[in-house]
Amino acid sequence: MTMPFGYASPEQIMRDKADYARKGIARGRSVVVLQYQDGILFVAPNPSRALHKISEIYDRIGFAAVGRYNEFEELRLGGIRYADVNGYTYDRSDVTGRGLANLYASFLGKAFTEQIKSLEVEVVVAEVGETPDRDAIYRLTFDGSVFDEHGFTAMGGQAEAVASRLKERYREGMPLAEALEVALAALTEPGGERPAVGQLEVAVLDRNREHRKFQRLVGPRLERLLARPAGQQQAQQQAQEQAQEPSQEQPAQQEGGQPPTAPEGPLDDGSGG
Amino acid sequence: MAPHRDLPAGLMHNLFQNTGNSSFTDFLGHYAPELLQRRTERLAAPIGDQVPHATTIAAATFAGGVVMAGDRRSTSGNIIAQRDIEKVFRADDYSCMGIAGTASTGIEMARLFRVELEHYEKMEGRTLSVAGKANRLATMIRGNLGMAMQGLVVVPLFAAYDPDRDAGRIFSYDVAGGPYEKDRYDAIGSGSIFAKGALKKLYRDDAGADDTVTMLIQALYDAADDDSATGGPDVTRKIWPVVAVIDDNGFRRLGDEEVAEVVQHMLDERMISPDGPIAPLR
Repeated sequence: MTMPFGYASPEQIMRDKADYARKGIARGRSVVVLQYQDGILFVAPNPSRALHKISEIYDRIGFAAVGRYNEFEELRLGGIRYADVNGYTYDRSDVTGRGLANLYASFLGKAFTEQIKSLEVEVVVAEVGETPDRDAIYRLTFDGSVFDEHGFTAMGGQAEAVASRLKERYREGMPLAEALEVALAALTEPGGERPAVGQLEVAVLDRNREHRKFQRLVGPRLERLLARPAGQQQAQQQAQEQAQEPSQEQPAQQEGGQPPTAPEGPLDDGSGG
Repeated sequence: MAPHRDLPAGLMHNLFQNTGNSSFTDFLGHYAPELLQRRTERLAAPIGDQVPHATTIAAATFAGGVVMAGDRRSTSGNIIAQRDIEKVFRADDYSCMGIAGTASTGIEMARLFRVELEHYEKMEGRTLSVAGKANRLATMIRGNLGMAMQGLVVVPLFAAYDPDRDAGRIFSYDVAGGPYEKDRYDAIGSGSIFAKGALKKLYRDDAGADDTVTMLIQALYDAADDDSATGGPDVTRKIWPVVAVIDDNGFRRLGDEEVAEVVQHMLDERMISPDGPIAPLR
């Protein structure tokens, strides 16, 4: 690489590139990926109906991305080609999320070191297994680093704040409606307003589906899922109260005036109607 | 590390290339042509009789859907190559294809066709129109013309549920391509003449999915009755025809018990009337 004037150390160049990429990624909105009872849930606030942030790659593999649309779209299309070529060459069961994550890692890493501008993207490759412990969520950053995430992950926008809210609320084996509720609570700033149903892109990898596990949740089904948590949570609260689980009561007491075990209490008001 | 070492050499560099359309076959054609079956070898002698041939497939529409059924026999000349081959394949959620002719080529074609439809759907975020799917299959058959001329003929039958019309549609092909859209019913393969003859008398416009299944199983029985290459239901080994129903709920392959029940009922009636249902004269 030729520099127009002066000298910049390799460390400086890399740092500048990384800062540039980080800023670009932080400008957008966050995307949340988490495990639930029957598989993996993807939630992204996305006002566009046509430009997706979440996509199907193969039978058991889903994709989510934040950052520059044209750049992650290229990654998405390449991933689909990779998966389909591999599945056609061998067998459908031979296409794995790990393989795809490695492909992306090498592509992103190469772009980061070789090109003047690194890609301003962060992606998640998620694979649903036969059982929850076989599920895999890989998060890849702009420089090609791979993170093997357990349970949940958030990226883009105020990723760290979203991830910490997600960490507070996440628990293993949640039903779909509850997982969606947790994801939305994490995506909403405290006191902020929730994105409307029309502004949400939601999809699942459901291990109970035949053939292709990926499914977008849209229209009435999504509305029903979003409307349900208030009632369902109350039912769960009662169940939990009866079970007298001390660990579940802990966060509730911090809420003061709120009914026990309803940490998301104030946030429900936005979607309750 | 490096799982892409599994991929054909050089393909890795091209995964992120845009080929200008969303066709899987075109992508392979550009960057990994060896994976496609576009063979141009000249055979010293025709081997048509020495490789297994798939035989009869029949399909019929009903209000709001379509049913496809295929027998389970494949033959090499006068030898029965396989008793339980499957020749009706799910292509995507709302379509399926059956194959007749060279079994190996047909199975490969069905596999490629499935990937082709799915690939388009994932790349574009929408499914192909029914006519688009049928045309795509025509192109694939045309690609096999060279081998067809040397005896490795394969002819598919394509059936799909069309959401725009809320109806089932059937497309037929010849060795050079197609498609030819067929009204109400069609059959392909060596027993197709007899199956079509039966369907002509059995088809009724007011039939539901269940009656259409019965109709096709009767037709396949008639085909097996008169064509040595078509297999009838194998009662002793419990091998039944493959039957697929496609309607607005998508593709559904009937379970063995479901088909067995229909077959058993038909066999009971044929014990009394061996030629099957008798059509009224006027």
